[in-house]
Amino acid sequence: MQEGSLEQAHVHAPPQGFIRKYIFSLDHKVIGKQYYALALVAVFTGMILSWLMRIHMVWPEAKLPFLEWFSKNGAPGGIITPEYYLSLLTMHGTLMVFFVLTNAPFAAFGNYFLPIQIGAEDMAFPRFNMMSFWTTFLAWVVLMLAFVIPDGPPIAGWTAYAPLSAVGRDAGPGMQWGASLWGLSIAIFCVGSLLGALNFIATTLDLRAKGMTLMRMPLSSWAWFITSCIALLAFAVLLPACILLILDRHAGTSFYIPAGLVISDRLQPHSGGSPLLWQHLFWFFGHPEVYIAILPSMGIVSHILVNSMRKPLLSARVVIYSMMSIGFLSYMVWGHHMFLSGMNPMSALAFSFPTLTITIPATVLTLMWLGSLYGAKIQINSASLFALGFISMFVSGGVSGFFLAQPSIDIYLHATYFVVGHFHMVMGVASLFGVFAGTYFWFPKMTGRMMNESLGKLHFWLTFVGTYCIFMPFHYLGLIGNVRRYQSFVDDFMAPYLGWHKFMTIAALITGASQFIFLFNLIYSRFKGKPAPENPWNATSLEWSIPSPPPWNNFGAKHPIVYHDPYQYGVKGSKGDFVMQDSPEQVVSASGD
Amino acid sequence: MSSTTLSSISSQAGALSKTRHVTAQNVLMAQRSERYSSSGIWVGVFAITMSFAAFTSALFVREGTGDWTHLALPQVLYLNTLLLLASSGTLEIARHRLSKEEGTRKASGWVLVTLLLGLAFCVGQYRAWLDLRAQGVFLATNPNSSFFYLLTFLHALHVCIGVAVLVYLAGRLLASHTTFRLGLFRNTVVYWHFMTVLWVYLLLLCRMKL
Repeated sequence: MQEGSLEQAHVHAPPQGFIRKYIFSLDHKVIGKQYYALALVAVFTGMILSWLMRIHMVWPEAKLPFLEWFSKNGAPGGIITPEYYLSLLTMHGTLMVFFVLTNAPFAAFGNYFLPIQIGAEDMAFPRFNMMSFWTTFLAWVVLMLAFVIPDGPPIAGWTAYAPLSAVGRDAGPGMQWGASLWGLSIAIFCVGSLLGALNFIATTLDLRAKGMTLMRMPLSSWAWFITSCIALLAFAVLLPACILLILDRHAGTSFYIPAGLVISDRLQPHSGGSPLLWQHLFWFFGHPEVYIAILPSMGIVSHILVNSMRKPLLSARVVIYSMMSIGFLSYMVWGHHMFLSGMNPMSALAFSFPTLTITIPATVLTLMWLGSLYGAKIQINSASLFALGFISMFVSGGVSGFFLAQPSIDIYLHATYFVVGHFHMVMGVASLFGVFAGTYFWFPKMTGRMMNESLGKLHFWLTFVGTYCIFMPFHYLGLIGNVRRYQSFVDDFMAPYLGWHKFMTIAALITGASQFIFLFNLIYSRFKGKPAPENPWNATSLEWSIPSPPPWNNFGAKHPIVYHDPYQYGVKGSKGDFVMQDSPEQVVSASGD
Repeated sequence: MSSTTLSSISSQAGALSKTRHVTAQNVLMAQRSERYSSSGIWVGVFAITMSFAAFTSALFVREGTGDWTHLALPQVLYLNTLLLLASSGTLEIARHRLSKEEGTRKASGWVLVTLLLGLAFCVGQYRAWLDLRAQGVFLATNPNSSFFYLLTFLHALHVCIGVAVLVYLAGRLLASHTTFRLGLFRNTVVYWHFMTVLWVYLLLLCRMKL
């Protein structure tokens, strides 16, 4: 094999120049930060959209003059129209699910820390990695264009149910070009996510340092690995679904649009399509997407809890197997979103059973965390507080899943605020708590400076209490019969509960405002924070064995060799009560036995 | 990757190090680059399989909704199938030549033949679309034709990507031996064979269902 040169003898050379260093960078750490920045912009945009919705809901006559400037059709005289409310709702959901919950815990932290935690110099395919971020960025730009075109953003919700999402202008404002931009944006997002997932899997399988067996990988790396396997399957199905949607909208095909459909008094020139087909394809992606959002946070939280408890989890193996079974089962449950969509009633049973089964590994995970916490002297800081808060949110939001998983109860609760409260807590806020925990924990490594702890704790308590104030009433209102996606309540029967809505809106405003504390802390600490040592938390995993922030090639010229699993806490080591993964010293348990 | 293959790469890299001043560290990196390349392509193949599985299930669902009619497939498709099967064969010969340490010139000839066959396949697919258009069958005419155009177009697009990579590789092979990216070449071989298999599957699917 004379021709077989040593291709890519180095993964890539040190970056030169501003553009290569910070914009079109091949460095997984820069790409991770880029994902984080994009998620940050998206999360604040999404939050402000939710503010507008909440304000409109309880003070429908409130005039918001800047909104008229922003959208003349959507808010004439500064008052949000019912259709524009749906536009805001669609954009809120799409931004949060795709650009925040997929990007922040998975793409951002995964990119930054997966290669370091497994002892690699970079991702397996740095060029694909760069492409995956810029593709995602393009998807975001295309989506945000919907705000500025005259048609406005689509009103179909983040699930974009066919046939209304497929017929175009007749379906309402924003459904002509806004919905096309939405479909295109999601299709582009799929491509970026597929490239990212491919990279994560190849990196984990092939670039682990010597001694880094799969079982010695930190739980966060395990979570990113499992998540990338889920993402590879999920986005590979959403992409075809979006292609079919775009063809229905612009090429006259009839994949999703049935025959004889009349919308806005116009017979749609299509025939024979199946609206259920979109739901099947969408939820085959959509349910695993929930786990794409939550699994990385589970891993991050486990990683942080082990460190703050200074002792290993009851069983890391069980945590890993539980996450794997959640990932596996996530593909058998999509039909539980469609109990009322007109499927064969027998199939509801088939989807209900695995849905209830998935609560078993979820419960095992929770018991692993709680059981390990029992008797632990946990070190309280912003990171561990958010990790504990994650467990709280996961349990509180997850318990309502037991109800929704049963078709007979779901008939009553379907499309009510109960569902909205459920998924906001278990998938939205819980996942974000993982992101917050990760940020407070890894910020010193990423920037070389510590975050302000007092501000961090203030941020935690305001967010923790605020979240319960917002989303617990959602459950009660849902039980009463408060339907989701309504911009106001015309029926008298909801009038007695308007007080709850006001309370929730005020809670949302305060909780949202407290996120600016986090933003301030992030920016302030980046420049003025206390300089961080190499290993401020006395942690064991490889990212803490290199300088903060890490050099461009992570480990410099050396290649780390791993001797231990990352749970060597509560032992007698040369540096304290822990032994790092790359330390060749023998582990002696603290009790001496 | 098995340990024997690894050690063979290691010994090959070791042999190279004498002639090309390669440090021990680069040898290590070479092993790694060979390793990661191999699993990356299989992950990619898996993702593409999943996408076409989604299209297939969409086809089955759509078939059940009523207005399904039979489509007469253009005859040129069978010729195209032969072309693509032949291209897999010629690429396999090229791979064999390269690993047998024969002259790269011969290997590069076979790579060129492969990419020409791939291009011929794409032209042939275009011809099939023209045939259908001549019969008045367009993308939106009926669900069968929608799926036919869509599946054949997406497959041809993937083949074009393969052709583009082969053009790049053939260029490197003709220009100089030292910069040839063997890992990329091996991955392309896997990808190319997968495209052939995928096409045979799609042809059978179209024959049976469309």
